[in-house]
Amino acid sequence: MNASRAALRIALFAPAAWLVGCAVEERVILLPEANGGPTSLAVRQGTHDVVLDHGYAAADLTAADPWRYEASADEVRKTFGDALAAQPMRAAHFTLYFNEASDDLTQDSRQALERMFADLDKRPVRDIVIIGHTDAVGSDEYNDALAKKRADAVKAMLVVRGVAQDDIVAIGRGKRDLLIPTPAGIAEPRNRRVEIVVR
Amino acid sequence: MLRPLVALSLAFAIPFANAADIGQIKVSKGTVTIERAGHSVAGSVGLRLQASDVVKTGSDGSVGITMTDNSLLSAGPNSVLALDRYDFDDVTSEGRFDASLRKGTLAVVSGRLAKQSPAAMTVRTPAAVLGVRGTEFVVRVGDER
Repeated sequence: MNASRAALRIALFAPAAWLVGCAVEERVILLPEANGGPTSLAVRQGTHDVVLDHGYAAADLTAADPWRYEASADEVRKTFGDALAAQPMRAAHFTLYFNEASDDLTQDSRQALERMFADLDKRPVRDIVIIGHTDAVGSDEYNDALAKKRADAVKAMLVVRGVAQDDIVAIGRGKRDLLIPTPAGIAEPRNRRVEIVVR
Repeated sequence: MLRPLVALSLAFAIPFANAADIGQIKVSKGTVTIERAGHSVAGSVGLRLQASDVVKTGSDGSVGITMTDNSLLSAGPNSVLALDRYDFDDVTSEGRFDASLRKGTLAVVSGRLAKQSPAAMTVRTPAAVLGVRGTEFVVRVGDER
């Protein structure tokens, strides 16, 4: 099935490449989304536009016009195996929550911290962004300082665990980005958090 | 009066931008070199990348890069990948990322830039411009015949 399709494809585009002469072989293949969701890629070749809109939709760009075809997992593996094998681990996101007005983690978040450490151990090199937040109780100045203190507390836990200082950026955003919007002065545990991106 | 304000805003801006770093090499196999401002440096694991860097792999090489917007770019052997332009605002997710694959193979998983705006990320090949609206794709540019 695959072999006959490949043969057909060659039969179709080889003459076109011949006409163009020294054309460079080019092709692009959209891959399916991991969660099966929608995806698309807009391909513009000169004045021609093609939209690839499903997994394995592909365009051959060797000739003057884009030539659409359906690729396969097999073709992707054969042609792009090395590139895909070099793909880094995806970024991971963690959220840790804090007790009111403090930089002490809640009990549940201590377990989340352990999950984060387990993720870190899988990465040969890390860069980590830590963003501290507060709830809406108190002044901007107070919350900016508290948010930074929380971010720094998480940074310190990572450094103790062996992560290099230079690989971590820790910042505080105070009460500017409330996860749960509330009026000023409302104590909301879900806003007292630190968001961490591990790359 | 203005100057302390500017200094203050810079002090806040620097942690977000993390100097001029736009990404980091996470995976490196075989021969990988980075061309930067007329010089060539070894593309080893951990190296931080800058806008305008050109990433090259040898016949035994492959490389994997994570950008600060969480997008992933990985190239197979005999590839030339230029990181032409990169601006990323870590707070708003706005900015622009233009890369080009001059030859070889490239696998892409787009990140926050493409998610924020379908016009924010493009990958160029010698023949085409790819506007990244979805998440994952692969592209190959063969050798000149």
